[in-house]
Amino acid sequence: MSVYEPWEPKRGAEIIAEHTHLEGATLVILHALQEAFGYVPQPAIPMVAEALNLSRAEVHGVFTFYHDFRHKPAGKHVLKLCRAEACQAAGGDAVAARAEATLGIAIGNTTPDDRVTLEPIYCLGLCATAPSAMLDGRVVGMLDEARIDALIAEARR
Amino acid sequence: MSFRIFIPRDAGAVAVGAEETVTALEQAAAKRNVAIEIVRTGSRGLFWLEPMLEVATAKGRVAFGPVKEADAASVLDAILADKPHALKLGLTEDIPWLKRQTRLTFARCGVIDPRSVDDYRAHGGYKGLERALTLTSDAILADVTTSGLRGRGGAGFPTGIKWKTVAQTGADRKFIVCNADEGDSGTFADRMIMEGDPFVVIEGMTIAGVTVGATKGYIYIRSEYPHAIEAMNAAIAAARRAGYLGPRICGSQHTFDLEVRVGAGAYVCGEETSLLESLEGRRGIVRAKPPLPAHKGLFGKPTVINNVLSFAAIPFILAGGAKAYADYGMGRSRGTMPIQLAGNVKFGGLFETAFGITLGELVDDVAGGTFTGRPVRAVQVGGPLGAYFPRALFDTPFDYEAFAARDGLIGHAGIVVFDDTVDMAKQARFAMEFCAIESCGKCTPCRIGSTRGVETIDKIRAGERVEQNLAVVEDLCNTMKFGSLCALGGFTPYPVMSALKHFREDFSPAPRRLQAAE
Repeated sequence: MSVYEPWEPKRGAEIIAEHTHLEGATLVILHALQEAFGYVPQPAIPMVAEALNLSRAEVHGVFTFYHDFRHKPAGKHVLKLCRAEACQAAGGDAVAARAEATLGIAIGNTTPDDRVTLEPIYCLGLCATAPSAMLDGRVVGMLDEARIDALIAEARR
Repeated sequence: MSFRIFIPRDAGAVAVGAEETVTALEQAAAKRNVAIEIVRTGSRGLFWLEPMLEVATAKGRVAFGPVKEADAASVLDAILADKPHALKLGLTEDIPWLKRQTRLTFARCGVIDPRSVDDYRAHGGYKGLERALTLTSDAILADVTTSGLRGRGGAGFPTGIKWKTVAQTGADRKFIVCNADEGDSGTFADRMIMEGDPFVVIEGMTIAGVTVGATKGYIYIRSEYPHAIEAMNAAIAAARRAGYLGPRICGSQHTFDLEVRVGAGAYVCGEETSLLESLEGRRGIVRAKPPLPAHKGLFGKPTVINNVLSFAAIPFILAGGAKAYADYGMGRSRGTMPIQLAGNVKFGGLFETAFGITLGELVDDVAGGTFTGRPVRAVQVGGPLGAYFPRALFDTPFDYEAFAARDGLIGHAGIVVFDDTVDMAKQARFAMEFCAIESCGKCTPCRIGSTRGVETIDKIRAGERVEQNLAVVEDLCNTMKFGSLCALGGFTPYPVMSALKHFREDFSPAPRRLQAAE
């Protein structure tokens, strides 16, 4: 699991300032904010706009276009299951169904205790060792019942 | 005596336990009080054998695989005593699956330490750039054109022509952009080469910069590839330290530097104009063409934008291999293609070979059929936008034009194999659903057509007015194919229509469903 800082406008401004010299810095800044705080806090959007001389609407548009950016923190652990074709061909649907049943949530949701967020991902590039998943940035391939169960147990701890 | 042992750091190997194997090996060595040096390489691409361990011997590298954590100690004992072992595969270079390949682009992947410029140079690296620096721009372009290299991202546009256009366009600034947004399911060649031989990508981009007069390049890597991002950043820093990037590269008059930019989970950003928008810090909305990126690309400047594999093919070509490269292949598809075998396959991995090999040979012979042992029913070639091929079309040779003639595409050369439990109506629905999720929303056929497609296929699967709804799907596909701005909406009809054409029985009111997996 990752540890994040609580949102603090001054810290947000620092992070933004570190990247404003780059050309086309919007995504870089949004990534950096999410890396620090675990999500992109709403008050940061006008700050990014101001720093890059863009409108708030433009920055909001970028923020909402990309699947990666979160508007609120995820669960303590994030389990991403590959749902693309190569994993489907290798039994990925059964693995996904088992994960949903075990955690009691549908893909795209967080458990009520905020411990695990279950997300779809469209290809980790581990298609020759499918089905695959990523738990907090760690990749796992050749998933079967035992391996997905172990992964979920780890995420719940 | 110290043993030199090679274990991949490739994400595909890590996903099946390479880190645990390394730890177990180090512990076993410490316990036996023997000195071993572990070199973390890329993967050779034989993924059913990962984690594959290799040890340097006088005769060459000897491979063991798959070496799981629990096997590490016994494998080490076999190495120390030079004894047989159940996991011993013999000399790596003699493994038939590897031996029958023609590795031009992937020659060093899995062999060298991807963080060492010296190792790269020791294996023929930077010969292409060194030669390019002695040539004129026109002479470099002549080599690229002679090689017959076509864009490896999927569109297959001749690289020489693209570069020439940028070289001839006057501007105060020009850019080189590497499209490493490898989002197609079933493809992982870009990831492997970035993790296993990142310098070859850097060298290819540098040569492009020297040729067209660009001083800055960007590598746009998808966020789903953290290992590749780390490897590229490390390699760029190493190349800079060694004088291969930055001002006056290799003591020449040329300046060239690179920067990695990370995507944010949008599939459509693999489309070149959408990628450029994203690089500029905007929503990944597709641009209408013309103007071409070669004229007005990144920040409105002339831009060479190529796939990772296109750049990675360049160093071999410039190191005097233009003619040799062109000698491989068939028709207008020259050279080699790193083909990726994935999904339900027995022997999955990266198979680089000359164009012309048939689909059947790849699926049945090289990939060995399915790992479930069931018959192969369908293979999707070219990612989520590629057509599904039935066994009846397995005689199709791997060639841009031959696939197009059969209403398919080779795309980024990913092949995903499905066994006979596959429900092709479900796959057709997924193609539409994926397009709906990932559509950038700019053009109506893609944005609306995909959503209507999902709904209509749902009706068909529910047995509702099947014939009429099939006609609606075909009509939608035609509109998307001819009316979409880019390949996302334009090619989504390939998987849908091929499923309809070749697997019509799955769309009937009482579909044939084996669905053993569910």
